[in-house]
Amino acid sequence: MKIDIKSENGAAIAALSGEIDHHNAKELRAELDRFIISVQPRQLAIDFGGITFMDSSGIGLIMGRSKLMKECGGVLEVLNPQPYIRRVLKLSGIERIVKIR
Amino acid sequence: MEILNEIKFTMPSLSVNEGAARAVVSSFLIQADPTVEELSDIRTAVSEAVTNAVVHGYRRKKGNIELTVRLLPERVIYIRVKDRGCGIEDVEQAMEPLFTTAPEEERSGLGFSVMQSFMDRLKVKSAPDKGTTVTMRKRLSAHGD
Repeated sequence: MKIDIKSENGAAIAALSGEIDHHNAKELRAELDRFIISVQPRQLAIDFGGITFMDSSGIGLIMGRSKLMKECGGVLEVLNPQPYIRRVLKLSGIERIVKIR
Repeated sequence: MEILNEIKFTMPSLSVNEGAARAVVSSFLIQADPTVEELSDIRTAVSEAVTNAVVHGYRRKKGNIELTVRLLPERVIYIRVKDRGCGIEDVEQAMEPLFTTAPEEERSGLGFSVMQSFMDRLKVKSAPDKGTTVTMRKRLSAHGD
């Protein structure tokens, strides 16, 4: 599991790679929250392009970060999910809350 | 029903074994030559079932999770995930989309919904203090499709 965050002028991109399950969602959650709380970006896009597996733990991860971003006055987006990740996203109905590009 | 091949293993309820379970299932299923999508569906369903055992079944005390994968005739894959944990009081309620008893851990309550929609059949047998057994089946598309 790897996370690479770049931030410029209040807009940030967090590129994730590896597998998202219950086991490694904890670490991702901690790292993303640390970043959101310290930097308070206006916009955070989580790039799923490098994610090779995701179960419903990823939905919890997105919902939680979306809520925290909102509380900090920002917006969360999801970028580049692979087709199999899109299916989990679709099933959850999360696209009603979070923009997926 | 005739079992063409089977793998059965037991692992302690450590969250790191969610990934290990997926890896073992993937390796075993190579012989059935599933499509990328079918393999991804099964991996996801297995991950959900094993995670449920780790997070819910053995919430209070650790224990063993038993995973069985069978290759049945007509390209049917059978998966059983069994724990001897705390069990589920109301299975019907637990299977409702978005129902979760662990919101503080950001569990989305979608585990059973994922299993249900990614597999053809899902059966959940559970009793308080006895444990939970999840069985799932999925028929792979005909070879060469």
